[in-house]
Amino acid sequence: MKRLATTLALLTNVIFITFSSSSWSEQNDYNMTRGVTGISEQVYELHMLIFYICCAIAFIVFGVMFFSIFRHRKSKGAVAANFHESTKVEIIWTVIPVIILIAMAIPATKTLVAMEDTSQSDLTVKITGSQWKWHYSYFGEDVEFFSLLATSQKEIEGIEAKGAHYLLEVDNPLVLPINRKVRFLMTSDDVIHSWWVPDFAVKKDTIPGFINEAWTKIDEPGVYRGQCAELCGRAHGFMPVVVHAMAEDDFDQWMSDKKQELALQKAAAQEALTQDLSMEDLMGQGESIYTARCAVCHQANGEGIPGAFPAIKGSEIAKGPVMAHIDVLVNGRAGTAMQAFANQLSDQEIAAVITYQRNAWGNDTGDTVQASDVNAFKAQDSAKEEI
Amino acid sequence: MSKPIEKAVKSAPAEAQTTANTTIAIEGDHDHHHAPKGLTRWLYSTSHKDIGTLYLWFSFAMFLTGGAMAMIIRAELFQPGLQLVDPQFFNQMTTVHGLVMVFGAVMPAFTGLANWMIPMMIGAPDMALPRMNNLSFWILPFAFLILIGSLFLPGGGPDFGWTFYAPLSTTYGPDSTALFVFSVHIMGISSIMGAINVIVTIVNMRAPGMTWFKLPMFVWTWLITAFLLIAVMPVLAGAVTMVLTDKYFGTSFFDAAGGGDPVMFQHIFWFFGHPEVYIMILPSFGIISAIIPAFSGKKLFGYHSMVYATCSIALLSFLVWAHHMFTTGMPVFAELFFMYCTMLIAVPTGVKVFNWVATMWRGAMTFETPMLFAIAFIVLFTIGGFSGLMLAIVPADFQYHDTYFVVAHFHYVLVSGAVFSIMAAAYYWLPKWTGNMYDQKLSLWHFWCSIISVNVLFFPMHFLGLAGMPRRIPDYAIQFADINQIVSIGGFAFGLSQLIFLWLVIKCIRGGEKATAKPWERAEGLEWTVPSPAPHHTFTTPPKVD
Repeated sequence: MKRLATTLALLTNVIFITFSSSSWSEQNDYNMTRGVTGISEQVYELHMLIFYICCAIAFIVFGVMFFSIFRHRKSKGAVAANFHESTKVEIIWTVIPVIILIAMAIPATKTLVAMEDTSQSDLTVKITGSQWKWHYSYFGEDVEFFSLLATSQKEIEGIEAKGAHYLLEVDNPLVLPINRKVRFLMTSDDVIHSWWVPDFAVKKDTIPGFINEAWTKIDEPGVYRGQCAELCGRAHGFMPVVVHAMAEDDFDQWMSDKKQELALQKAAAQEALTQDLSMEDLMGQGESIYTARCAVCHQANGEGIPGAFPAIKGSEIAKGPVMAHIDVLVNGRAGTAMQAFANQLSDQEIAAVITYQRNAWGNDTGDTVQASDVNAFKAQDSAKEEI
Repeated sequence: MSKPIEKAVKSAPAEAQTTANTTIAIEGDHDHHHAPKGLTRWLYSTSHKDIGTLYLWFSFAMFLTGGAMAMIIRAELFQPGLQLVDPQFFNQMTTVHGLVMVFGAVMPAFTGLANWMIPMMIGAPDMALPRMNNLSFWILPFAFLILIGSLFLPGGGPDFGWTFYAPLSTTYGPDSTALFVFSVHIMGISSIMGAINVIVTIVNMRAPGMTWFKLPMFVWTWLITAFLLIAVMPVLAGAVTMVLTDKYFGTSFFDAAGGGDPVMFQHIFWFFGHPEVYIMILPSFGIISAIIPAFSGKKLFGYHSMVYATCSIALLSFLVWAHHMFTTGMPVFAELFFMYCTMLIAVPTGVKVFNWVATMWRGAMTFETPMLFAIAFIVLFTIGGFSGLMLAIVPADFQYHDTYFVVAHFHYVLVSGAVFSIMAAAYYWLPKWTGNMYDQKLSLWHFWCSIISVNVLFFPMHFLGLAGMPRRIPDYAIQFADINQIVSIGGFAFGLSQLIFLWLVIKCIRGGEKATAKPWERAEGLEWTVPSPAPHHTFTTPPKVD
């Protein structure tokens, strides 16, 4: 029974993905999307209304101007008139634009007030931006995860062909139910980012130390893609947002599956504490984590970017005491771009990537770091804090 | 004969024929006494004309430098994927391109025009504070030497966008941020000195009879611009100083962890930034208001309403800054306030456009190159105005914000707006500056290449933004590929077209058909009463204007 449900969920997922991928490619490449929410529809209508008004004004003003340019030219024997002031005309072309503007402001105000009303939501998701990933946390559900770019470096560098969702695909998409009012609480761990999904007409800055609010109520299931909109450093262009919108039942099913998955992960992490991995295993795992998480700043060759991101190759941290190295990964470096990875990677993963850093690029310390070492450091660290 | 500006509300046709007494001013004989030569002529210059020339050449050099950076940006964006530059360097290019174009190309060009033209337009022998004039120019090259030099340091130059939002520019900025801060300080000092000079000159040195409502529009718009500069450049200086202390001295102005607020940075920056965009467009309004009447054979329609419209735009510019920040999460009340104020700016701006069209209406137009650029300005600037109006609508702005739609918008008002007006001004006054007519054929090539390529470059950006492409990204999803390619081709073409202009100006300086004192038959203003080229000293005895 359980298996059947999972298969079904998977199947619906696949259908959504295909459906929405076609809807993504079919979507207008030249105009704003109508989107899939009541609000995004209103925003689209507003956009078109103002666009048409501008076109009408342009038609009249430029029409008069070009008529004049073709008719009132000296080469056609035109003789210049002598008028150059008319208070009446000035008043007319001050008042008419004011009336047009008021006509624009009324629907804009209505839509805006609706967009900012985050009350009475059915579900709250906290979105945290950091360089260069999103973190999603479902309130009251104990479900949270990171969402990173899934496009490979090889596609970016043109070594491999680019897929259909090049730069707009992630490892763990945000999953949301349709027909429920979802409230977003947004913040950031480092610089300002901006969470944007065009199909929802939601774009809100995530600001370190402050919490912003937004909401959406999705009408149709599908996969909706967006990007970080606020310049946030080196990999700003590589920070997509992907949302899977599911029917309510499917969402509830997904939620319980996800909880199970996270519980299993936790158990595996606990088990890892009792296991010692070989150098080879650690290096293998470490390299892939390094490539995904560290190489953006510290570079694949470990040399960093002088003046911006420090080198790991030959660095004091990587060649010095292991505990200090673990400290940097677990707690990050305050006041720098180095973030704390304690909540992003498991102890096992931290151990692997440290082992990799301590042995790659000629660092050759020969140290192997195990999950239990990381765990021991954390225990010590929190004890220290309590004192 | 000259009649600088139409007198007053009560139109008196008899007065319209009055002649300014200008012959006294032209004493060219005085000229050869010791016009300095060689390097020191430029280094020690206190002549408003030489300093104006320096400003203009500097601005053109920066225009090409910033343009070269734009070429790098467009080359990287020619196709999806990372091909030419590292994302970090890409960010440095977008940042320094913006800074160089705003502070190095557009603003010094206007200051150069002000230096050359304001004294001649108001019948003054020079700027009021000639030594400060020299200083305000000569610190400028050093500011840009520091800024551009920082690109070559380890870690690179500024990479946080020309808007340098904290904490990206503080905690997360490169080591060279201090140099960026100092260079902006120097630019600010230069601008403030330039503005003070303009105000003091206009207030004190107008020729007898040159009353406020006889001032040419260019002088009016520059006067208002100068007040804006004095009001907001110190705000910018404050913003960069706080960035400096946050980064290097442990303060927390923009750091929530220390009780600060990153959004406060944006409020401070845009309190400078919004008036700044009008600083870059008001003098354009003045230029266009000089050129359209000259080639329509009619007086500027609604001179007084033009002055009032300029003043109201300047005042409103202090009330709209937060429209750059709608997505930062303001209270609805604040969003509505800033939306309404922003929409209101469309009214005086509209009045200006209507006045220009009314000036052309039933005129007898000719289409020399300055006029072509002026007409292009009106059309393309207005398109930028329309997209600005769209951006003011907050719900729609949530979709437009930080996309290529915004990039399209501000390039329409800044490139086909401000830069085109500067081109128009250059063609209009080149005969006065050099004493030679420019090469007509070459100027038409420049105009047509520019106007076609500028639209190929910037118009499709509207589509990119609406389709969802964020700005300031070095790589993009594949559905944006086709349009980006077109945009890049337009970019390269526009860049190359400007070399025609460079060649034309050099050619014009070296020779060509001799220009008369008043090469444009129907142009008005005191500047046309002095010979071409304008002698070293003009108006040593003030002309009488009545």
